[in-house]
Amino acid sequence: MVFMTANWHPLGDAFYRKTDLYEMGWNIGGLRDCLIAAAPYGGPIALLKGSQRSERSHSVRPVMEMYTSSGVPLASFLWKSGIVVDIGWTVSDYLLCIQEDGTVLIYDILGNYCRHFNMGSELSQNSVTEAKIFHSAYRTGVAILTKAYRFSVVTNIEDQKIWRLPDVPGLQTSGLSCWTVISQDRQTKLVLASGRNIYVLDSDSCTSVTVPGLDPDISSYLHMSASFNYKYLALYTNTGCIWMGTSNLKEKLGEFDCKFHAPPKQMVWCRRPRSQQPSVVLMWDSLLLVAGKSNESIQYNLDDELYLVPELDGVRIIGSKSHEFLHEVPATCEEIFKIASMAPGALLLEAHKEYKKESQKADEYLREIKDQNLLPTAVEQCIEAAGFEYEPETQKMLLRAASFGKSFLSNFSPERFVTMCRELRVLNAVRDYTVGMPLTYVQFRQLTVQVLIDRLVFRRLYPLAIEICKHLKIREFQGVSHVLKHWACFKVQQKEPDEDIAHAINQKLGDTAGISYSEIAAKAYECGRPELAIMLLDFEPQSGEQVPLLLKMKRGQLALNKAIESGDTDLVYTVVMYLKNEMNRRDFFLTLRKHPVALSLYRQFCKHQEQDTLKDLYNQEDDHQELANFYVQESYQEAKVEVRVAELQKAVDEYSKARNEFAAKATEEQIKLLKFQRKLQDETDKPYVDRSLHDTVYSLLLEGSHRHAEQLYKDFKIPDKRYWWLKISALAEKNDWEELEKFSKSKKSPIGYLAFVEVCVKHQNKYEAKKYVSKVTPELKVKAHLLVGEVEQAADIAIERKNENDLNLVLSRCNQSTDRSLVERLNKARSGANKK
Amino acid sequence: MAFHSRIDSSETPKFSDLKRLACDQLIYLLEQLPGRKDLFIEADLMSPLDRIANVSILKQHEVDKLYRLDNKPVISSCNQLCFLIRPHIQAVKWISDIVNSDKITGKCRKYKIIFCPQKFYVCEAVLEEQGVFGDVTCDEWEFYFLPLDDDIISLELPEFFRDYFLDGDQRWVSATAKALHYFHSLFGLPLKVYGIGKCAKITYEMWRQFIEEGEKKLSTDKTGNLFIFDRDVDFVTPLCSQVVYEGLLDDVFRIKCGSVELCSDVTASDKTIKVLLNSQDKVFNEIRNEHFSNVFGFLSQKAKNLQTAYDKRQGMDIKQMKNFVSEELKGLKQEHRLLSLHISASEYIMKRKTKLDFQELLKAEHSLLDGFNVRESISYIEEHIIRQISMIESLRLLCLLSLTENGLVSKDYRSLKSQYLQSYGIEHVLTFANLRQMGLLVEQQPGETFTAMESTVGKLVADKAVGKLTDAFSSLAKKSNFRALSKKLTLIPKSNEEYDLHSPPDMAYIFSGAYIPLSCKLIEQVLERDGWNGLEEVARMLNGNEFAVTAGGGGAGEAKPKPQSSRLMFVIFLGGCTFSEISALRFLGKQKGYKFIIITTAITNSSRLLESLNDGHS
Repeated sequence: MVFMTANWHPLGDAFYRKTDLYEMGWNIGGLRDCLIAAAPYGGPIALLKGSQRSERSHSVRPVMEMYTSSGVPLASFLWKSGIVVDIGWTVSDYLLCIQEDGTVLIYDILGNYCRHFNMGSELSQNSVTEAKIFHSAYRTGVAILTKAYRFSVVTNIEDQKIWRLPDVPGLQTSGLSCWTVISQDRQTKLVLASGRNIYVLDSDSCTSVTVPGLDPDISSYLHMSASFNYKYLALYTNTGCIWMGTSNLKEKLGEFDCKFHAPPKQMVWCRRPRSQQPSVVLMWDSLLLVAGKSNESIQYNLDDELYLVPELDGVRIIGSKSHEFLHEVPATCEEIFKIASMAPGALLLEAHKEYKKESQKADEYLREIKDQNLLPTAVEQCIEAAGFEYEPETQKMLLRAASFGKSFLSNFSPERFVTMCRELRVLNAVRDYTVGMPLTYVQFRQLTVQVLIDRLVFRRLYPLAIEICKHLKIREFQGVSHVLKHWACFKVQQKEPDEDIAHAINQKLGDTAGISYSEIAAKAYECGRPELAIMLLDFEPQSGEQVPLLLKMKRGQLALNKAIESGDTDLVYTVVMYLKNEMNRRDFFLTLRKHPVALSLYRQFCKHQEQDTLKDLYNQEDDHQELANFYVQESYQEAKVEVRVAELQKAVDEYSKARNEFAAKATEEQIKLLKFQRKLQDETDKPYVDRSLHDTVYSLLLEGSHRHAEQLYKDFKIPDKRYWWLKISALAEKNDWEELEKFSKSKKSPIGYLAFVEVCVKHQNKYEAKKYVSKVTPELKVKAHLLVGEVEQAADIAIERKNENDLNLVLSRCNQSTDRSLVERLNKARSGANKK
Repeated sequence: MAFHSRIDSSETPKFSDLKRLACDQLIYLLEQLPGRKDLFIEADLMSPLDRIANVSILKQHEVDKLYRLDNKPVISSCNQLCFLIRPHIQAVKWISDIVNSDKITGKCRKYKIIFCPQKFYVCEAVLEEQGVFGDVTCDEWEFYFLPLDDDIISLELPEFFRDYFLDGDQRWVSATAKALHYFHSLFGLPLKVYGIGKCAKITYEMWRQFIEEGEKKLSTDKTGNLFIFDRDVDFVTPLCSQVVYEGLLDDVFRIKCGSVELCSDVTASDKTIKVLLNSQDKVFNEIRNEHFSNVFGFLSQKAKNLQTAYDKRQGMDIKQMKNFVSEELKGLKQEHRLLSLHISASEYIMKRKTKLDFQELLKAEHSLLDGFNVRESISYIEEHIIRQISMIESLRLLCLLSLTENGLVSKDYRSLKSQYLQSYGIEHVLTFANLRQMGLLVEQQPGETFTAMESTVGKLVADKAVGKLTDAFSSLAKKSNFRALSKKLTLIPKSNEEYDLHSPPDMAYIFSGAYIPLSCKLIEQVLERDGWNGLEEVARMLNGNEFAVTAGGGGAGEAKPKPQSSRLMFVIFLGGCTFSEISALRFLGKQKGYKFIIITTAITNSSRLLESLNDGHS
């Protein structure tokens, strides 16, 4: 307790403190002669050694080194590209190196080159003199200044759209002393100082502004700096005066006169969110100064070259030996730890201390808080303060006090307490020297867990990331699965045998929800390991996901297998269409042949789109049967008889090849028939083509061309039964009763004589019909009588024959008008027949 | 989608909501193309569309004119054309032609294709090949179900049958699985799923996959059981002549999407009348499942009742009369109208169906079914062909013969076939090729004694390898085994007793007591045994692929099913079912206390089935 406030320094209404983060693990002589860049949110540090222009020599190449915030090396490589003007980190921890020629090279956190882009061709003549990297929530931008005093800006390096800003008048003559970028609400502006003028420059205009509340004697501005969120701006004048105000330069927040005329090496804002007071940290060679709005200041003497990294809630100070954090003491901490504080949190902490000493004072303190009904506030203060403390011991002390206080409360939600414990545990883990991410609680909340996990993944700290996901109970597909996927994507780049990698990946990933093996496989393929990719794809449960990659890998056959397995016809079609364009026809057909499902789908397509392909397909397959069927189909879409015959002839050949003699013969007969019909058509000028044999004969008979009909009868070996039916139907239709009778007597009818009765009745000639009834065989006589309407005769025969079916038949024809006695007789006979 | 609130499934789910959902979605899609537009509808979709959204609804949403999509140039002057089609290549090509011809003449219009129920990749490929991909916008109308009645839901996909069973094209299978998924997301998952047939199995597995992949957890509510049935398990039943009233109406007049058009010579008036046939029609509801011989008796009784109701008027005082007019008369009038319609329909059927030849046809069919006097049946069929009585009917008889006799002996096969070709033309070799591929009309292989051998092998060794071997054999031959099945399941009632059609003892009444439909019998047996236990041999004779699974897996235990809901049975027919089968299931339901809901890819009958396989030009 005594020591908590030892490093506190008052400034204005608040206290500032500087705490140690790390002893740096690196071994570097000093930060002099280096280009240095440190990413916010406890990100990595990049050093480009020996690049300072004054010392540039062509024989010695500079070295690019990357470290964690604790100075643990991440990567190091010789700089082989052009002259670097500035370096800086993006919001997602990629390093940007801006070269004199306007090229921006991008490296990942482990020193791997990713890509590059250029800030514009115009720059080849006008080399870059200065560059600034700026951030907004989700993007990073770059602004450059060329020798010709022209500014260009890329607001988002992802889309690389370059804006050239308008010229600023008078820069060529009066020079440019300092400038900075303000990036707010999707708007990017430049503030620049030239002599005693301040200009605001945006994409289409340049306006001169007067800074409110500044001494008019000022002749130039030596330094300017925007706050972390670009809301505020600080200006350092040649008179040693620091102006602090809003970044739109409309409001002044404070002013501090340090009386130094030399410009500071660095000037950064040190301000925590929602703090009431503006403060700026300035650094000279041997002095670090925290300036507030009053004329007070805190001064530290320096014996090391330092580098300041502005953060959301303070400033990190990196030296060659140590790494410190300077910030305004949060109000809660101040209330609890300030000497003689009577805030509820302070009392609770005290109470808990006494309690541990088993002193009764604990009760007194507690009572005091409880009497004011402030216990919940006290607990909350302790929890909140724990979050602001960097030392685990202090955190524990505060949390224990909170827990102690909480036990006296009945309906205090434990959630805040539990969350804080969990999150602090995570924070302490990533603050560890080996990880080296000195995140404060405020930064962590701003960064979000997802981003933190991504950053760990980028650094390949997979186990830690997974533990954090599990500890914070993050949903699988955002958490563990996500990390595992990245791990797997990294794993496939390792130089191990394919089988081992595939096995290892499957072992770890198993069936974890939300894992897409196809994505990992895609990565493997990208890394030039198609075999591994295929092995991985085998683990993919959804065939639909496998197919696109397999096609990309030109594994059409395999893709086809998978598509068919999936049962999704769309997928099969996708592959088939792809193969159709990729392969030569022969191979394509051969492939299809192995896959009936695909083949049938393709046939469907061909039937409508490419009739000829269909034919080729059958040809290729030696599917004579289908080919023959195809020709038959073709033939009857054809109008000309000659062509039709030709098509049919082809069909005959194919049918014979398919050993379908029946169809071959039938087709041959059809050709014969067609020819015959054609001849008839020419002779008689009546349409015969398109009729079946039966219909042809029938119409011939109707027309009375018995000679032709007979010829067909013989030529086509029409069965007698059919011929007789044809003949008698035709004669009856023509009402040629005489001929019919003659025909009936020509020889014994192969279809019996009931047929004669039927055709006569059909054409309403009962008189003729009756002629044939007597010839009908006894079994059918009842029917014949009924047909001609002779119910009584039918009944007589039925009764005589004692046949139940016949009797029923006759009975069903009886109605009211039928003679009663007849019905009775029938019924009697039926019951007699039943008994038998 | 806008169905967050699950429709409550107490007892029978309300399927009319399906209509409303489909209608809402269509309107939404139409409004995506603001302004006046002409709508081109594929012929197949016209009747179903009419049941979902009639012309006036379409007009309300700025549809100007309605056309049938055809292969001809359009005359529309509207600058926005909307096409409502099934994902058929043919239809897409026609649309491409329209777009391309507009391009040539320099007309500038907006085109939108609405695919129903989903878009296929191949459609886009065709659009691309025709060079119009960029000119049209595509959308999907997820209209899967048309509820025809309280207990019949149709997918209205008649082409499912040919596409899958003949061409082996699985495109509709995944659509059906999707439909099932959609259905159960609305009405809850089934407790148990039974099925038989290869397609049933694929469908079930795809559906399972959809459930597993589904991001949002479906409700774990369980409703009823599900039976998935492949049409090719039982071809005999749909090929028999229907003699139940609703089936007869379908055979004679062709019921389209639950309504029938009675032409002028039926109604004896000068215009055709469209009658909606469902349970709302009280007269129809009482006779639809009746054997036709009972229908007249019922109708005349009904007429008498109606008369007495009218007669009540006599002796009424003014007040009673007023009451009568305001309350009863309208209902009576309505009933009167329907009654007279059904009477004239029945009369028309009587005229056509009670002639001697129909009786003989039935007789021939029945003797085919019980395998009695086969030679006589063959000569009957031969005469049928020779006399050109009916192209489709002859085919039907041929198929029945082949199915019941396990194929035709070579001599008969050839002679009947050539007779048929002589009657109806050579192109029918294609039809015969189709029928052979389907196993509907096949030639017995010489020396086919393998049924006997196969069953002995099957009995002797229950070894898997042998099972596979016989599987391979049976799939090779695609035999129907009808005779053995009918013995095993006693499908043919004993013929020595008079069958009582008025209060029938079993489902055979739908075929005048001659045959219990195999499909329905199977369902009955599986439900009774709660699976395929004891039906192994039957399943084997049906080429296997049977399954019975307790669905839900993970969700077991939670959400106790309501006692009624396990009596609720969803039966899915892949490839269509007939009204007779529906009647049989309704009968079974009444007998055993089940409530059957029939989901079918389409309502079919023997003519539709065979016409879809007919490749001869007719």
